[in-house]
Amino acid sequence: MGVSIEIIGVWVAALMTLAIFSFLYADNPVYKLAEHLFVGISAGYGVVITWHEAVIPLLIDPLFRPENVDLAEPNYLVIIPGLLGLMMFSRFIPRYDWLSRWPIAFVMGLYSGLAIPASVQTYLLPQLHATMLPIWPGVEVDAWTALSNFLLVVGVLCTLAYFYFSREHAGAFGVASKIGIFFLMVAFGASFGNTVMARVSLLIGRVQFLYDDWWLPLVAAPISRWFGG
Amino acid sequence: MRLQIPLLITFLAGVFMAVQFFVPHDLGVTAYTELLNWGRIIGAFALVLGIHSLLRTHLEKIRRRRHDWPYSMVAIVSFVFMVVIGIGFGSDPGSAFDWLFNYVQVPLDATMFALLAFFIASAAFRTFRARSTEATLLLVAAIVVMLGRVPGSLLVLFGQTGVGEWLHSTMPDVSEWIMNFPSVAAKRGIIFGVALGSIATALRIMLGIERSHLGGGGGGE
Repeated sequence: MGVSIEIIGVWVAALMTLAIFSFLYADNPVYKLAEHLFVGISAGYGVVITWHEAVIPLLIDPLFRPENVDLAEPNYLVIIPGLLGLMMFSRFIPRYDWLSRWPIAFVMGLYSGLAIPASVQTYLLPQLHATMLPIWPGVEVDAWTALSNFLLVVGVLCTLAYFYFSREHAGAFGVASKIGIFFLMVAFGASFGNTVMARVSLLIGRVQFLYDDWWLPLVAAPISRWFGG
Repeated sequence: MRLQIPLLITFLAGVFMAVQFFVPHDLGVTAYTELLNWGRIIGAFALVLGIHSLLRTHLEKIRRRRHDWPYSMVAIVSFVFMVVIGIGFGSDPGSAFDWLFNYVQVPLDATMFALLAFFIASAAFRTFRARSTEATLLLVAAIVVMLGRVPGSLLVLFGQTGVGEWLHSTMPDVSEWIMNFPSVAAKRGIIFGVALGSIATALRIMLGIERSHLGGGGGGE
């Protein structure tokens, strides 16, 4: 039973893969079918995951089944976000839609407050620390690494100069800004090249799936057996 | 009051989350975790609004028999089917929900992104022109990184010659160097800007200077 379900799964996955690839020829009904199936399935997946990972463990269990989340008694505090969440639905009633501002305000405040230390801790300080590099060859670094580090520091400063719009980009500052553009172009090119290669490896993965998991065992092998191979 | 109370809620929630970070007391940490959970609960309710919007768009298409309306039925039926199976029968490994995820959603998702390999390459071929120094830098960096990721391609291009062998052994290092130094330099400049921008925007929201997110309700001030 398990094997047959798996085989049906591989067939479905292969047909879905081919349906999406059929777009390379032209926009066609098979592609549109797979595309809309993808939309429905993905939205449904999001709802189910939210239900099982947020609504049940954070709202329903603490209120009605506290033993499931290792609580001795119900946590009535979760009624507050429950009510705030229900206030979101006031958007369906134009007369009371202003009530939906409360939960939005709470979430915006929550994540704004969170963003301040998080930005400092995860972006600003580690990046500053990582930019303070030895730029003189010696015991710590060789000449090539020192030169590369120097280039990195100059690149960061010039890129920042490019993004500084409170002063006219003229003279020495203009030169720095221009060098910043060069660094940005190299970064964009490298990102583009990286993205292309990531997509290509996904493509290789799909082709490998079609060939190794579907074509060889489920199409070529039965045909070969059919002809007594 | 319809605006002042939300502004007060934003301010209090924001100040608590920002200050709590610097006060590692047990009570503060518990409240911090609880508030984050509250955010996730509210997010779950907000998801209903998003799903309502998706369903309304497709139902409207079906009702008015617009172009390609049968596909909207596919979207709605597959959505309802996934939700009923996932909530009604569970999402554990081996369940029908898990099967649909592994054999329908994952292949569709991966193939959609794989399809982009063709379009991104075709767009690059049509638009990449070394017309200026900046465009040349972009083009060269992209080509070096791509070739560096697949050094075997250089042996195909140049054969087992001295040049081919040299490029085959050197290109991955050059690609790695571009990724680690000039590329990181520019990205770091951007990250500094993003971090400072995030902090400034967060402060504007908390202080009520930025209030566009509260503009949805038409109930007046």
